[in-house]
Amino acid sequence: MLSWIDAILQGVLLGGLYALFAAGLSLMFGIMRLVNLAHGDLIVFAAFIILVIADLLGANIFVATAVTLPIMFAVGFVLQRYLLNRTLGKDILPPLLVTFGISIVIQNGLLETFSADNQRLQAFGIETQSWSLGGGIAVGVMPTLTFASAVIAILALNWIMYRTELGRGFRATSDDPSTAQLMGIDNHKVFAAATGIAFVVITLSALYFGNRAQFDPTIGSFRLLYAFEAVIIGGLGSLWGTLAGGIILGVAQTIGAKINPEWQILAGHVVFLVVLVVRPRGLFPRAVD
Amino acid sequence: MLLELKGLSKAFGSIVVAENINLGIDEGAAVGIIGPNGAGKSSLFNLITGELSPDSGSIHLDGHDITSSPPPARCNAGIGRSYQIPHPFETLTVFENLLVGAVYGNGLTEAQATERCGDILERTGLLEKANRVAGSLSLLERKRLEMARALATEPRILLLDEIAGGLTEHECEELVTAISDIHRSGVTVVWIEHVVHALLAAVHHLFVLNFGSIIAEGDPHTVMNSRDVQEIYMGMSD
Repeated sequence: MLSWIDAILQGVLLGGLYALFAAGLSLMFGIMRLVNLAHGDLIVFAAFIILVIADLLGANIFVATAVTLPIMFAVGFVLQRYLLNRTLGKDILPPLLVTFGISIVIQNGLLETFSADNQRLQAFGIETQSWSLGGGIAVGVMPTLTFASAVIAILALNWIMYRTELGRGFRATSDDPSTAQLMGIDNHKVFAAATGIAFVVITLSALYFGNRAQFDPTIGSFRLLYAFEAVIIGGLGSLWGTLAGGIILGVAQTIGAKINPEWQILAGHVVFLVVLVVRPRGLFPRAVD
Repeated sequence: MLLELKGLSKAFGSIVVAENINLGIDEGAAVGIIGPNGAGKSSLFNLITGELSPDSGSIHLDGHDITSSPPPARCNAGIGRSYQIPHPFETLTVFENLLVGAVYGNGLTEAQATERCGDILERTGLLEKANRVAGSLSLLERKRLEMARALATEPRILLLDEIAGGLTEHECEELVTAISDIHRSGVTVVWIEHVVHALLAAVHHLFVLNFGSIIAEGDPHTVMNSRDVQEIYMGMSD
Protein backbone atom coordinates (compact mmCIF):
# COMPACT_ATOMS: atom_id res chain seq x y z
CA MET A 1 0.00 0.00 0.00
CA LEU A 2 2.78 2.42 0.97
CA SER A 3 4.51 1.81 -2.33
CA TRP A 4 1.32 2.94 -4.14
CA ILE A 5 1.16 6.06 -1.99
CA ASP A 6 4.82 6.65 -2.81
CA ALA A 7 4.09 6.26 -6.53
CA ILE A 8 1.24 8.78 -6.32
CA LEU A 9 3.36 11.23 -4.34
CA GLN A 10 6.23 11.01 -6.83
CA GLY A 11 3.69 11.45 -9.62
CA VAL A 12 2.33 14.62 -8.03
CA LEU A 13 5.85 16.04 -7.77
CA LEU A 14 6.61 15.03 -11.36
CA GLY A 15 3.37 16.78 -12.29
CA GLY A 16 4.91 20.03 -11.06
CA LEU A 17 7.56 19.75 -13.78
CA TYR A 18 4.93 19.01 -16.43
CA ALA A 19 2.85 21.95 -15.16
CA LEU A 20 5.88 24.21 -15.61
CA PHE A 21 6.38 22.81 -19.13
CA ALA A 22 2.73 23.53 -19.84
CA ALA A 23 2.17 26.90 -18.12
CA GLY A 24 4.01 28.95 -20.75
CA LEU A 25 2.24 27.11 -23.55
CA SER A 26 -1.11 27.64 -21.82
CA LEU A 27 -0.43 31.34 -21.31
CA MET A 28 0.43 31.95 -24.94
CA PHE A 29 -2.53 29.94 -26.17
CA GLY A 30 -4.92 31.50 -23.64
CA ILE A 31 -4.06 35.08 -24.59
CA MET A 32 -3.11 34.89 -28.25
CA ARG A 33 -4.56 31.55 -29.40
CA LEU A 34 -1.00 30.89 -30.52
CA VAL A 35 0.11 27.26 -30.51
CA ASN A 36 3.86 27.41 -30.08
CA LEU A 37 5.38 24.31 -31.66
CA ALA A 38 8.85 25.51 -30.61
CA HIS A 39 7.91 25.41 -26.92
CA GLY A 40 9.88 22.26 -26.11
CA ASP A 41 12.91 23.45 -28.04
CA LEU A 42 12.77 26.78 -26.23
CA ILE A 43 12.94 24.88 -22.91
CA VAL A 44 16.06 23.12 -24.17
CA PHE A 45 17.42 26.44 -25.49
CA ALA A 46 16.91 28.04 -22.06
CA ALA A 47 18.63 25.07 -20.41
CA PHE A 48 21.68 25.63 -22.64
CA ILE A 49 21.67 29.35 -21.81
CA ILE A 50 21.64 28.50 -18.08
CA LEU A 51 24.51 26.06 -18.70
CA VAL A 52 26.58 28.66 -20.55
CA ILE A 53 25.95 31.38 -17.97
CA ALA A 54 26.80 29.01 -15.10
CA ASP A 55 30.09 28.22 -16.88
CA LEU A 56 30.87 31.84 -17.70
CA LEU A 57 30.14 33.17 -14.23
CA GLY A 58 31.32 30.09 -12.38
CA ALA A 59 27.99 30.31 -10.58
CA ASN A 60 25.57 27.61 -9.48
CA ILE A 61 22.56 26.91 -11.68
CA PHE A 62 20.15 28.88 -9.47
CA VAL A 63 22.20 32.06 -9.86
CA ALA A 64 22.62 31.31 -13.57
CA THR A 65 18.85 30.90 -13.88
CA ALA A 66 18.27 34.23 -12.15
CA VAL A 67 20.52 35.83 -14.77
CA THR A 68 18.81 33.92 -17.59
CA LEU A 69 15.27 34.95 -16.62
CA PRO A 70 15.47 38.58 -17.87
CA ILE A 71 17.43 37.49 -20.94
CA MET A 72 14.69 35.02 -21.87
CA PHE A 73 12.01 37.62 -21.15
CA ALA A 74 13.73 39.91 -23.67
CA VAL A 75 14.07 37.07 -26.19
CA GLY A 76 10.36 36.30 -25.88
CA PHE A 77 9.34 39.95 -26.08
CA VAL A 78 11.41 40.62 -29.21
CA LEU A 79 10.43 37.33 -30.88
CA GLN A 80 6.74 38.09 -30.40
CA ARG A 81 6.97 41.81 -31.21
CA TYR A 82 8.88 41.47 -34.43
CA LEU A 83 8.07 37.99 -35.72
CA LEU A 84 5.16 36.11 -34.15
CA ASN A 85 2.79 39.10 -34.12
CA ARG A 86 3.06 39.16 -37.90
CA THR A 87 1.73 35.61 -38.07
CA LEU A 88 -1.38 36.17 -35.93
CA GLY A 89 -4.78 36.46 -37.59
CA LYS A 90 -7.82 34.41 -38.46
CA ASP A 91 -5.72 31.69 -40.09
CA ILE A 92 -4.05 29.44 -37.49
CA LEU A 93 -1.60 27.98 -40.01
CA PRO A 94 1.03 30.80 -40.17
CA PRO A 95 1.94 30.69 -36.43
CA LEU A 96 2.13 26.90 -36.57
CA LEU A 97 4.47 27.00 -39.56
CA VAL A 98 6.63 29.79 -38.16
CA THR A 99 7.01 28.21 -34.71
CA PHE A 100 7.78 24.88 -36.40
CA GLY A 101 10.49 26.72 -38.32
CA ILE A 102 11.82 28.26 -35.10
CA SER A 103 11.92 24.77 -33.61
CA ILE A 104 14.13 23.56 -36.48
CA VAL A 105 16.38 26.64 -36.25
CA ILE A 106 16.85 26.16 -32.49
CA GLN A 107 17.62 22.45 -32.77
CA ASN A 108 20.17 22.92 -35.54
CA GLY A 109 21.67 26.02 -33.95
CA LEU A 110 22.18 24.13 -30.68
CA LEU A 111 23.61 21.11 -32.50
CA GLU A 112 26.10 23.32 -34.35
CA THR A 113 27.09 25.15 -31.16
CA PHE A 114 27.06 22.42 -28.53
CA SER A 115 27.18 19.17 -30.59
CA ALA A 116 24.82 16.28 -29.83
CA ASP A 117 26.49 15.50 -26.51
CA ASN A 118 24.29 15.04 -23.47
CA GLN A 119 24.39 17.85 -20.93
CA ARG A 120 23.10 18.28 -17.40
CA LEU A 121 22.57 21.16 -15.01
CA GLN A 122 24.32 20.07 -11.83
CA ALA A 123 23.02 21.51 -8.56
CA PHE A 124 25.98 20.80 -6.25
CA GLY A 125 24.49 17.56 -4.97
CA ILE A 126 20.99 18.76 -4.12
CA GLU A 127 19.55 16.48 -6.78
CA THR A 128 20.50 13.42 -4.71
CA GLN A 129 19.15 14.75 -1.41
CA SER A 130 15.74 13.82 -0.06
CA TRP A 131 13.50 14.07 2.98
CA SER A 132 12.22 10.89 4.55
CA LEU A 133 8.52 10.91 5.38
CA GLY A 134 8.65 7.56 7.16
CA GLY A 135 7.43 4.16 6.06
CA GLY A 136 10.04 4.02 3.35
CA ILE A 137 8.58 7.05 1.57
CA ALA A 138 10.91 9.90 0.70
CA VAL A 139 10.59 13.03 -1.38
CA GLY A 140 13.53 14.47 -3.28
CA VAL A 141 14.59 18.03 -2.58
CA MET A 142 14.66 19.02 -6.26
CA PRO A 143 11.27 17.43 -7.13
CA THR A 144 9.77 19.26 -4.12
CA LEU A 145 11.40 22.51 -5.23
CA THR A 146 10.07 21.88 -8.73
CA PHE A 147 6.53 21.38 -7.49
CA ALA A 148 6.73 24.41 -5.20
CA SER A 149 8.06 26.50 -8.11
CA ALA A 150 5.18 25.33 -10.30
CA VAL A 151 2.61 26.35 -7.69
CA ILE A 152 4.33 29.70 -7.11
CA ALA A 153 4.60 30.32 -10.87
CA ILE A 154 0.91 29.62 -11.38
CA LEU A 155 -0.04 31.74 -8.37
CA ALA A 156 2.09 34.56 -9.79
CA LEU A 157 0.58 34.20 -13.25
CA ASN A 158 -2.92 34.27 -11.77
CA TRP A 159 -2.01 37.34 -9.75
CA ILE A 160 -0.78 39.06 -12.92
CA MET A 161 -3.88 37.99 -14.85
CA TYR A 162 -6.49 38.98 -12.25
CA ARG A 163 -4.90 41.69 -10.12
CA THR A 164 -2.92 43.89 -12.47
CA GLU A 165 -3.56 46.34 -15.32
CA LEU A 166 -1.42 44.21 -17.58
CA GLY A 167 -3.48 41.13 -16.73
CA ARG A 168 -6.73 42.93 -17.51
CA GLY A 169 -5.14 43.91 -20.82
CA PHE A 170 -4.26 40.25 -21.43
CA ARG A 171 -7.79 39.09 -20.68
CA ALA A 172 -9.46 41.85 -22.67
CA THR A 173 -7.26 41.15 -25.67
CA SER A 174 -7.91 37.44 -25.30
CA ASP A 175 -11.70 38.04 -25.23
CA ASP A 176 -11.86 40.41 -28.20
CA PRO A 177 -8.63 41.69 -29.78
CA SER A 178 -10.36 44.14 -32.15
CA THR A 179 -12.41 45.82 -29.44
CA ALA A 180 -9.38 45.88 -27.13
CA GLN A 181 -7.61 48.07 -29.68
CA LEU A 182 -10.53 50.50 -29.63
CA MET A 183 -10.06 50.74 -25.86
CA GLY A 184 -6.50 51.94 -26.41
CA ILE A 185 -4.74 48.60 -26.01
CA ASP A 186 -1.81 48.04 -28.36
CA ASN A 187 -2.25 44.32 -28.97
CA HIS A 188 1.27 43.91 -30.29
CA LYS A 189 2.84 45.21 -27.09
CA VAL A 190 0.46 43.23 -24.88
CA PHE A 191 1.19 40.03 -26.81
CA ALA A 192 4.95 40.70 -26.59
CA ALA A 193 4.68 41.12 -22.80
CA ALA A 194 2.69 37.88 -22.56
CA THR A 195 5.32 35.97 -24.52
CA GLY A 196 8.08 37.52 -22.41
CA ILE A 197 6.35 36.22 -19.28
CA ALA A 198 5.81 32.82 -20.90
CA PHE A 199 9.54 32.68 -21.61
CA VAL A 200 10.28 33.37 -17.95
CA VAL A 201 8.22 30.29 -17.07
CA ILE A 202 10.01 28.37 -19.83
CA THR A 203 13.32 29.27 -18.16
CA LEU A 204 12.11 27.99 -14.79
CA SER A 205 11.03 24.72 -16.36
CA ALA A 206 14.43 24.51 -18.12
CA LEU A 207 16.20 24.72 -14.74
CA TYR A 208 14.34 21.76 -13.26
CA PHE A 209 14.19 19.77 -16.49
CA GLY A 210 17.95 20.19 -17.05
CA ASN A 211 18.67 19.17 -13.49
CA ARG A 212 16.34 16.17 -13.44
CA ALA A 213 17.69 14.46 -16.55
CA GLN A 214 20.30 14.74 -19.24
CA PHE A 215 19.38 16.78 -22.27
CA ASP A 216 20.62 17.30 -25.78
CA PRO A 217 19.61 19.71 -28.58
CA THR A 218 16.97 17.42 -30.08
CA ILE A 219 15.06 16.43 -26.97
CA GLY A 220 12.64 19.38 -26.99
CA SER A 221 9.86 17.73 -28.96
CA PHE A 222 9.21 15.28 -26.10
CA ARG A 223 8.81 18.20 -23.66
CA LEU A 224 6.37 19.77 -26.11
CA LEU A 225 4.30 16.59 -26.12
CA TYR A 226 4.06 16.49 -22.31
CA ALA A 227 3.25 20.20 -22.22
CA PHE A 228 0.45 19.70 -24.77
CA GLU A 229 -0.94 16.77 -22.84
CA ALA A 230 -0.95 18.67 -19.54
CA VAL A 231 -2.60 21.70 -21.16
CA ILE A 232 -5.28 19.63 -22.89
CA ILE A 233 -6.01 17.47 -19.84
CA GLY A 234 -6.34 20.57 -17.65
CA GLY A 235 -8.35 22.64 -20.13
CA LEU A 236 -7.14 25.03 -22.80
CA GLY A 237 -6.14 28.41 -21.44
CA SER A 238 -6.73 27.54 -17.76
CA LEU A 239 -3.65 27.99 -15.55
CA TRP A 240 -4.89 26.01 -12.53
CA GLY A 241 -6.19 23.43 -15.00
CA THR A 242 -2.64 23.22 -16.34
CA LEU A 243 -1.33 22.37 -12.87
CA ALA A 244 -4.06 19.76 -12.47
CA GLY A 245 -3.26 18.42 -15.95
CA GLY A 246 0.42 18.16 -15.10
CA ILE A 247 -0.34 16.31 -11.86
CA ILE A 248 -2.73 13.90 -13.57
CA LEU A 249 -0.14 13.19 -16.26
CA GLY A 250 2.63 12.73 -13.68
CA VAL A 251 0.54 10.43 -11.48
CA ALA A 252 -0.59 8.42 -14.51
CA GLN A 253 3.04 7.89 -15.49
CA THR A 254 4.25 6.84 -12.04
CA ILE A 255 1.25 4.54 -11.51
CA GLY A 256 1.87 3.08 -14.97
CA ALA A 257 5.51 2.54 -14.07
CA LYS A 258 4.48 0.95 -10.80
CA ILE A 259 2.35 -1.60 -12.62
CA ASN A 260 4.97 -2.23 -15.28
CA PRO A 261 8.11 -0.12 -15.81
CA GLU A 262 7.54 -0.24 -19.58
CA TRP A 263 4.12 1.38 -19.20
CA GLN A 264 5.27 4.68 -17.70
CA ILE A 265 5.06 6.85 -20.82
CA LEU A 266 2.22 4.81 -22.30
CA ALA A 267 0.03 5.30 -19.20
CA GLY A 268 0.34 9.08 -19.51
CA HIS A 269 -0.63 9.00 -23.18
CA VAL A 270 -3.61 6.71 -22.43
CA VAL A 271 -4.96 9.06 -19.76
CA PHE A 272 -4.50 11.97 -22.16
CA LEU A 273 -6.45 10.14 -24.89
CA VAL A 274 -9.23 9.20 -22.45
CA VAL A 275 -9.61 12.84 -21.36
CA LEU A 276 -9.58 13.94 -25.00
CA VAL A 277 -12.43 11.52 -25.79
CA VAL A 278 -14.52 12.12 -22.66
CA ARG A 279 -13.89 15.88 -22.17
CA PRO A 280 -12.40 17.30 -25.37
CA ARG A 281 -12.16 20.80 -23.82
CA GLY A 282 -10.23 19.42 -20.84
CA LEU A 283 -11.21 19.02 -17.20
CA PHE A 284 -11.18 22.74 -16.29
CA PRO A 285 -11.73 24.74 -19.48
CA ARG A 286 -12.01 28.52 -19.51
CA ALA A 287 -15.61 29.74 -19.42
CA VAL A 288 -15.24 31.36 -22.85
CA ASP A 289 -12.98 30.10 -25.60
CA MET B 1 -14.16 71.51 -36.39
CA LEU B 2 -13.54 68.47 -34.17
CA LEU B 3 -13.87 65.71 -36.75
CA GLU B 4 -13.48 66.20 -40.46
CA LEU B 5 -13.65 63.61 -43.24
CA LYS B 6 -12.26 64.74 -46.58
CA GLY B 7 -13.04 62.83 -49.77
CA LEU B 8 -13.23 59.54 -47.90
CA SER B 9 -13.77 56.49 -50.11
CA LYS B 10 -13.76 52.76 -49.43
CA ALA B 11 -14.87 49.80 -51.52
CA PHE B 12 -14.77 46.03 -51.13
CA GLY B 13 -14.50 44.93 -54.74
CA SER B 14 -17.62 46.26 -56.46
CA ILE B 15 -19.35 47.07 -53.15
CA VAL B 16 -18.84 50.72 -52.30
CA VAL B 17 -19.27 51.51 -48.59
CA ALA B 18 -17.98 55.09 -48.73
CA GLU B 19 -17.81 57.30 -51.80
CA ASN B 20 -16.12 60.66 -51.58
CA ILE B 21 -17.57 61.47 -48.17
CA ASN B 22 -16.98 65.03 -46.98
CA LEU B 23 -18.28 65.60 -43.49
CA GLY B 24 -17.52 67.92 -40.64
CA ILE B 25 -18.63 67.71 -37.02
CA ASP B 26 -18.17 70.61 -34.61
CA GLU B 27 -17.03 70.11 -31.03
CA GLY B 28 -20.03 69.72 -28.73
CA ALA B 29 -22.43 68.75 -31.51
CA ALA B 30 -25.01 65.96 -31.33
CA VAL B 31 -25.22 64.45 -34.77
CA GLY B 32 -27.34 61.63 -36.17
CA ILE B 33 -26.66 59.42 -39.17
CA ILE B 34 -29.43 57.45 -40.82
CA GLY B 35 -29.69 55.36 -43.94
CA PRO B 36 -30.99 52.01 -45.13
CA ASN B 37 -29.21 48.75 -44.32
CA GLY B 38 -26.01 48.47 -46.30
CA ALA B 39 -25.75 52.25 -46.76
CA GLY B 40 -22.26 52.20 -45.23
CA LYS B 41 -23.05 53.66 -41.80
CA SER B 42 -21.14 51.15 -39.65
CA SER B 43 -18.33 51.10 -42.21
CA LEU B 44 -18.07 54.86 -41.78
CA PHE B 45 -17.55 54.35 -38.04
CA ASN B 46 -15.01 51.62 -38.79
CA LEU B 47 -13.11 54.08 -40.99
CA ILE B 48 -13.18 56.74 -38.27
CA THR B 49 -11.96 54.36 -35.54
CA GLY B 50 -9.28 52.82 -37.77
CA GLU B 51 -10.76 49.35 -38.02
CA LEU B 52 -10.89 49.95 -41.78
CA SER B 53 -8.37 51.85 -43.88
CA PRO B 54 -9.78 54.14 -46.57
CA ASP B 55 -8.89 53.66 -50.23
CA SER B 56 -8.59 57.43 -50.54
CA GLY B 57 -9.33 60.59 -48.59
CA SER B 58 -8.34 61.63 -45.12
CA ILE B 59 -9.65 61.84 -41.54
CA HIS B 60 -8.80 64.76 -39.28
CA LEU B 61 -9.36 65.04 -35.54
CA ASP B 62 -9.02 68.54 -34.18
CA GLY B 63 -6.98 69.48 -37.24
CA HIS B 64 -4.58 66.53 -36.99
CA ASP B 65 -4.49 63.98 -39.78
CA ILE B 66 -5.20 60.60 -38.16
CA THR B 67 -5.80 58.66 -41.39
CA SER B 68 -2.84 56.37 -40.83
CA SER B 69 -3.07 56.19 -37.03
CA PRO B 70 -3.80 52.74 -35.58
CA PRO B 71 -7.02 52.21 -33.54
CA PRO B 72 -5.36 52.48 -30.09
CA ALA B 73 -3.85 55.87 -31.01
CA ARG B 74 -7.26 57.12 -32.19
CA CYS B 75 -8.81 55.97 -28.92
CA ASN B 76 -6.10 57.84 -27.01
CA ALA B 77 -6.75 60.89 -29.18
CA GLY B 78 -10.38 60.92 -28.04
CA ILE B 79 -12.50 58.70 -30.29
CA GLY B 80 -14.79 56.25 -28.46
CA ARG B 81 -17.37 53.94 -29.98
CA SER B 82 -20.05 51.39 -29.24
CA TYR B 83 -21.10 48.56 -31.51
CA GLN B 84 -24.49 47.66 -32.97
CA ILE B 85 -24.00 44.17 -31.54
CA PRO B 86 -22.37 44.74 -28.15
CA HIS B 87 -18.77 43.57 -27.83
CA PRO B 88 -18.14 43.50 -24.07
CA PHE B 89 -15.06 41.69 -22.75
CA GLU B 90 -17.17 38.70 -21.75
CA THR B 91 -14.96 37.18 -19.06
CA LEU B 92 -14.21 40.49 -17.33
CA THR B 93 -16.59 42.04 -14.82
CA VAL B 94 -18.51 45.18 -15.74
CA PHE B 95 -16.13 47.23 -13.59
CA GLU B 96 -13.06 45.63 -15.17
CA ASN B 97 -14.45 46.40 -18.64
CA LEU B 98 -14.51 50.07 -17.69
CA LEU B 99 -11.09 49.93 -16.03
CA VAL B 100 -9.58 48.67 -19.29
CA GLY B 101 -10.97 51.70 -21.09
CA ALA B 102 -9.93 54.15 -18.37
CA VAL B 103 -6.38 52.81 -17.94
CA TYR B 104 -5.44 51.97 -21.52
CA GLY B 105 -7.67 54.41 -23.37
CA ASN B 106 -7.42 57.37 -21.02
CA GLY B 107 -4.01 56.82 -19.44
CA LEU B 108 -5.32 56.99 -15.87
CA THR B 109 -3.67 55.30 -12.91
CA GLU B 110 -5.52 52.44 -11.26
CA ALA B 111 -6.68 54.74 -8.41
CA GLN B 112 -7.85 57.51 -10.75
CA ALA B 113 -9.54 54.97 -13.00
CA THR B 114 -11.38 53.36 -10.08
CA GLU B 115 -12.92 56.69 -9.07
CA ARG B 116 -13.83 57.66 -12.63
CA CYS B 117 -15.34 54.26 -13.44
CA GLY B 118 -17.48 54.40 -10.30
CA ASP B 119 -18.95 57.71 -11.50
CA ILE B 120 -19.62 56.37 -14.98
CA LEU B 121 -21.29 53.22 -13.63
CA GLU B 122 -23.61 55.43 -11.60
CA ARG B 123 -24.42 57.68 -14.56
CA THR B 124 -25.18 54.74 -16.82
CA GLY B 125 -27.21 52.80 -14.26
CA LEU B 126 -24.76 49.92 -13.99
CA LEU B 127 -23.47 50.46 -10.46
CA GLU B 128 -25.36 47.48 -9.04
CA LYS B 129 -23.97 45.26 -11.80
CA ALA B 130 -20.36 46.35 -11.29
CA ASN B 131 -19.10 42.96 -10.15
CA ARG B 132 -21.14 40.89 -12.59
CA VAL B 133 -19.28 39.14 -15.39
CA ALA B 134 -20.11 41.03 -18.59
CA GLY B 135 -21.06 37.84 -20.41
CA SER B 136 -24.04 37.41 -18.07
CA LEU B 137 -25.67 40.80 -18.80
CA SER B 138 -29.01 41.38 -20.56
CA LEU B 139 -29.11 43.15 -23.93
CA LEU B 140 -29.95 46.55 -22.40
CA GLU B 141 -27.21 46.14 -19.81
CA ARG B 142 -24.73 45.17 -22.51
CA LYS B 143 -25.63 48.26 -24.51
CA ARG B 144 -25.23 50.42 -21.44
CA LEU B 145 -21.88 48.76 -20.81
CA GLU B 146 -20.78 49.54 -24.38
CA MET B 147 -21.55 53.18 -23.78
CA ALA B 148 -20.04 53.21 -20.29
CA ARG B 149 -16.82 51.57 -21.45
CA ALA B 150 -16.48 54.05 -24.29
CA LEU B 151 -17.03 56.88 -21.79
CA ALA B 152 -14.31 55.44 -19.56
CA THR B 153 -11.81 56.30 -22.29
CA GLU B 154 -12.98 59.93 -21.80
CA PRO B 155 -13.74 60.45 -25.48
CA ARG B 156 -14.05 63.86 -27.05
CA ILE B 157 -16.30 62.27 -29.64
CA LEU B 158 -18.55 59.29 -28.96
CA LEU B 159 -19.70 57.12 -31.87
CA LEU B 160 -22.88 55.18 -31.06
CA ASP B 161 -23.86 52.46 -33.51
CA GLU B 162 -27.56 51.50 -33.40
CA ILE B 163 -27.53 51.40 -29.66
CA ALA B 164 -31.34 51.54 -29.39
CA GLY B 165 -31.95 48.50 -31.59
CA GLY B 166 -33.84 45.69 -29.85
CA LEU B 167 -34.84 47.78 -26.84
CA THR B 168 -38.37 48.33 -25.52
CA GLU B 169 -39.95 51.79 -25.73
CA HIS B 170 -39.23 52.43 -22.07
CA GLU B 171 -35.62 51.28 -22.40
CA CYS B 172 -35.28 53.55 -25.43
CA GLU B 173 -36.46 56.54 -23.42
CA GLU B 174 -33.93 55.75 -20.69
CA LEU B 175 -31.22 55.49 -23.31
CA VAL B 176 -32.10 58.83 -24.91
CA THR B 177 -31.95 60.47 -21.47
CA ALA B 178 -28.54 58.91 -20.82
CA ILE B 179 -27.17 59.98 -24.21
CA SER B 180 -28.52 63.51 -23.78
CA ASP B 181 -26.83 63.71 -20.38
CA ILE B 182 -23.53 62.58 -21.90
CA HIS B 183 -23.87 65.22 -24.61
CA ARG B 184 -24.64 67.92 -22.06
CA SER B 185 -21.47 66.95 -20.18
CA GLY B 186 -19.49 68.17 -23.21
CA VAL B 187 -18.98 65.02 -25.25
CA THR B 188 -19.60 65.30 -28.99
CA VAL B 189 -22.06 62.57 -29.97
CA VAL B 190 -22.43 60.90 -33.37
CA TRP B 191 -25.29 58.42 -33.37
CA ILE B 192 -26.23 55.93 -36.09
CA GLU B 193 -29.77 54.76 -35.50
CA HIS B 194 -32.74 53.07 -37.17
CA VAL B 195 -35.06 53.98 -34.28
CA VAL B 196 -35.61 57.44 -35.74
CA HIS B 197 -37.84 58.91 -33.03
CA ALA B 198 -35.20 58.12 -30.41
CA LEU B 199 -32.52 59.66 -32.58
CA LEU B 200 -34.50 62.82 -33.24
CA ALA B 201 -34.99 63.31 -29.51
CA ALA B 202 -31.24 63.57 -28.96
CA VAL B 203 -29.52 65.03 -32.04
CA HIS B 204 -29.42 68.51 -33.55
CA HIS B 205 -28.02 67.72 -36.97
CA LEU B 206 -28.70 64.79 -39.27
CA PHE B 207 -26.79 63.14 -42.12
CA VAL B 208 -28.45 60.69 -44.50
CA LEU B 209 -26.25 58.03 -46.06
CA ASN B 210 -27.16 55.88 -49.06
CA PHE B 211 -24.86 53.61 -51.08
CA GLY B 212 -21.86 55.07 -49.31
CA SER B 213 -22.71 58.70 -50.13
CA ILE B 214 -24.20 61.52 -48.09
CA ILE B 215 -27.43 62.45 -49.86
CA ALA B 216 -28.82 64.95 -47.35
CA GLU B 217 -27.88 66.79 -44.19
CA GLY B 218 -29.21 69.52 -41.96
CA ASP B 219 -31.85 70.11 -39.31
CA PRO B 220 -33.19 66.64 -38.37
CA HIS B 221 -36.89 67.41 -38.86
CA THR B 222 -36.30 69.24 -42.15
CA VAL B 223 -34.14 66.39 -43.43
CA MET B 224 -36.70 63.75 -42.41
CA ASN B 225 -39.44 65.65 -44.23
CA SER B 226 -37.45 65.98 -47.45
CA ARG B 227 -38.80 64.00 -50.39
CA ASP B 228 -35.54 62.17 -51.20
CA VAL B 229 -35.18 60.91 -47.66
CA GLN B 230 -38.80 59.87 -47.41
CA GLU B 231 -38.48 57.94 -50.65
CA ILE B 232 -35.43 56.09 -49.39
CA TYR B 233 -36.92 55.45 -45.98
CA MET B 234 -40.36 54.49 -47.24
CA GLY B 235 -38.67 52.26 -49.76
CA MET B 236 -36.67 50.69 -47.01
CA SER B 237 -39.71 50.28 -44.79
CA ASP B 238 -41.64 48.65 -47.58
